[in-house]
Amino acid sequence: MSATGIGAAVRRKEDLRFITGKGQYTDDISRPGETRAVFLRSPHAHAKIKRVDTKAAAAMPGVIAVLTGADLAQDKIGNLICGWMIHSKDGSPMKMAPHPAIAANKVCCVGDQVAVVIAETLAEGKDAAEKIKVDYEVLPAVVDAAKAQSAPAIHESAPKNTIYQWHLGDAKAVDAAIKSAKHVTRLDIVNNRLVPNAMEPRVAIAEYDSGTDNLTLWNTTQNPHVARLVISAFVGMAPEHKLRVIAPDVGGGFGSKIFIYPEEVVCLWAARLVGRPVKWTSDRSEAFVADAHGRDHITHAEMAFGEGGKITAIKVKTIANLGAYMSTFSSSVPTYLYATLLSGQYDIPAIYCEVDAVYTNTAPVDAYRGAGRPEATFVVERLVEVGAREEGMDPAELRRKNFIKTFPHQTPVIMNYDAGDYGASLKKALDLADVKGFDKRKRESERAGKLRGLGYSSYIEACGIAPSQAVGSLGCGVGLWESAEVRVNPTGSVEVLTGSHSHGQGHETTFAQLVSERLSIPIENVSVVHGDTDKVQFGMGTYGSRSGAVGMSAVVKALDKVEAKAKKVAAYMMEAAEGDIVFKDGKFTVAGTDKSVAWGDVTLNAYIAHKFAGSQLEPGLKEGAFYDPTNFTFPAGCHICEVEIDPETGNTEIVGWTAVDDFGTVVNPMIVEGQVHGGVAQGIGQALLESAIYNAEGQLVSGSFMDYTMPRAENLPSLKVDTTMTKCPSNPLGIKGCGEAGAIAAPAAVVNAITDAIGSEDLAMPATPPAVWAAIRKAAKMQKAA
Amino acid sequence: MAMTMAGEQLLAAPQEKVWAALNDTDVLKACIPGCETLDRLSATEFTAVATNKIGPVKARFKGKVHLTDLDPPNGYKISGEGDGGIAGFAKGGAVVVLTPKDGGTLLTYNVEAQIGGKLAQLGQRLINGVAKKLADDFFVKFAAAVK
Repeated sequence: MSATGIGAAVRRKEDLRFITGKGQYTDDISRPGETRAVFLRSPHAHAKIKRVDTKAAAAMPGVIAVLTGADLAQDKIGNLICGWMIHSKDGSPMKMAPHPAIAANKVCCVGDQVAVVIAETLAEGKDAAEKIKVDYEVLPAVVDAAKAQSAPAIHESAPKNTIYQWHLGDAKAVDAAIKSAKHVTRLDIVNNRLVPNAMEPRVAIAEYDSGTDNLTLWNTTQNPHVARLVISAFVGMAPEHKLRVIAPDVGGGFGSKIFIYPEEVVCLWAARLVGRPVKWTSDRSEAFVADAHGRDHITHAEMAFGEGGKITAIKVKTIANLGAYMSTFSSSVPTYLYATLLSGQYDIPAIYCEVDAVYTNTAPVDAYRGAGRPEATFVVERLVEVGAREEGMDPAELRRKNFIKTFPHQTPVIMNYDAGDYGASLKKALDLADVKGFDKRKRESERAGKLRGLGYSSYIEACGIAPSQAVGSLGCGVGLWESAEVRVNPTGSVEVLTGSHSHGQGHETTFAQLVSERLSIPIENVSVVHGDTDKVQFGMGTYGSRSGAVGMSAVVKALDKVEAKAKKVAAYMMEAAEGDIVFKDGKFTVAGTDKSVAWGDVTLNAYIAHKFAGSQLEPGLKEGAFYDPTNFTFPAGCHICEVEIDPETGNTEIVGWTAVDDFGTVVNPMIVEGQVHGGVAQGIGQALLESAIYNAEGQLVSGSFMDYTMPRAENLPSLKVDTTMTKCPSNPLGIKGCGEAGAIAAPAAVVNAITDAIGSEDLAMPATPPAVWAAIRKAAKMQKAA
Repeated sequence: MAMTMAGEQLLAAPQEKVWAALNDTDVLKACIPGCETLDRLSATEFTAVATNKIGPVKARFKGKVHLTDLDPPNGYKISGEGDGGIAGFAKGGAVVVLTPKDGGTLLTYNVEAQIGGKLAQLGQRLINGVAKKLADDFFVKFAAAVK
């Protein structure tokens, strides 16, 4: 390992500009002649739009245009789409209702766009938006997924508000296993709805150049090429080659910036209409109602056990709330990203999962850090923990008994786990968390009048998303490979162009580490270019912990080609046979001799092209590659949470956190540790604090940071983070991915710990002090009654 | 999840006088917090403009006010719906009952109100406190007006 190569804790190259205010986020960009877009949003969760009167608004100072859904329809701007087709059990396709970028006939959630003002300044735009008069006929709203199927249909095309009724697995085998089980653990679970709250709100700037007929969109997106494809091919805004999408520095996404949203579509459309650049910057209040939310499942789950705690089956029924419209990848989250992970780390012979996805009058729900896998982990790890308690077994021992121990392992739910050592991460975590000393610590807590609990989460996730053919067969509308181009300059420095997109992950450092190691060049001599469809030919973007496993694998492939070409140049330079050239430590050597040329000599010669003729070799040194993974990757690990609870107040303090993860090869341990910290913080946020709450009328009442509680430093313990390693066999670097693990593992560990402490399983997330306090009281009452 | 609030106020005035004041646009306009205009359209219909602040959101509500269930001089139901522009909306009503008590008049009220849009997003948790304060402000002025 070199000081800047793979495995080195290199300081992030990008941080200097981020922490000195030199980052270029979308909102930092201003275009000459720029105008501002202000959206008028529905205050009603469900209403017919009878009339939109824009006259008074249009006459306000500084107003350039006031546009409505009717204008959008007249210009034949297409609807937004969901790009993953799911079929119901009966074979019928999912019911994708029309999702116009501005509502024309009815609004389906609070925050739905009703009109847009294009004005000289933001203040003028806001003042004018006040003057738009909308006559609504308010309709009854449904917000609770459990009631959606018996409520009046929101969309004509989706009777009973049902988008699909999907299933996976062998129902008969599962029912038989449950019938013959020694014990069945049953749980009702609500996976609470979350608001992503990336630090940087969404922004779009659109500019139309009438001279070239080109449209440019600067956008806070995790996948600029996919945005361009959808906006071009489905929305019909412009041909793909006439639309450029630039995603500059992006301040956090967590999935919420994968999707193609109405606002960027409207900005592009308006920019062409008014002939000037149009900029929209979401404020925090808008973000709460206009960004796609995460999670929101209602689940009944059963786990069957045989002799000695052997898990024989899992049966799951979930209602997934997808909100008012189907967001870009919403359909895949509660299906193929969820049910396929219900085997957890365990050898389970039979699994069956049914999922009903429903419309409600709430913000759309789509992927959020982990996307389906946190929900699956929560189901499996709660069942295992509760099962152990009911069976009187040590939860660690029950897990160990059921771990998959041989690989590859085909689960009953599609996934083929390729490598792992689940016992190793559990053992390391038990040691690091000092589980042996827990009883003593519990007694000490008791003496202080406190309750102490311990909770495990042995999670698994499917990352490195994803083999194109496999996801295609499951309904995905795109391939999920990644591209890379390695451009070597005459002086030997390198630009890596990648289709991956960094919005906090540190690609400018980790991708450069790969090149630095491979070519033995200083890391300063490598720059990473991403986020611009005019620079990078195509790419699928960053989500699903895919940048290392898929994006860097594409770079490896391109580097292979660069090395092969450079060897040809070196062979001409040294008048040797190409097959005799060895590349090592940044030098090209003729095997068995002391003849060598340095990297920089070869790169210069590749461009001056004096040592070979055009008929012999093409000049230049630039190679591209596409890498399509052959399998998902399967990061897995064990997190142990220890809590202390004050029974008088219900306040939970997390007093210990141990994370032992197997991410395969770790490129930069410092960045990986940061990813674990961030993920765990978000998972703890979900478990203890965060919840998007709609009232019965469909008003988002936890719609600001006054009511929606983000985790703060005081909510987090000092984390013990460690790793074990089994290399991923399916990609050249052995990487599995680490971006989502913490958020996937954490909620189950927290709730397992709290329920251990209070001696009751009747507790829903977020486990706020009042919720825990009430659960303690309820359990005591029931104990008394019994 | 409508907000509900109930209360009563003992007024040092005869019931007929209180009833008259409850139907007097000038009195109502002076007592309703933030009321800018209150114009009578008919015996039971008014248009109103009022500016109020709920938490961080200040909104100028424009809307109609209706009187129903009129039972002079024992009470009525006053209801309204205000459009606060991009701040959202507020709607609701109050059942007002007058009964003679201790030489004066006991006014009891039952309020039900709903808010929507940005008002609900930012102000839902504050709405009960705000409503209580608005009611208190109203009755301090109203008590003075009927004295």
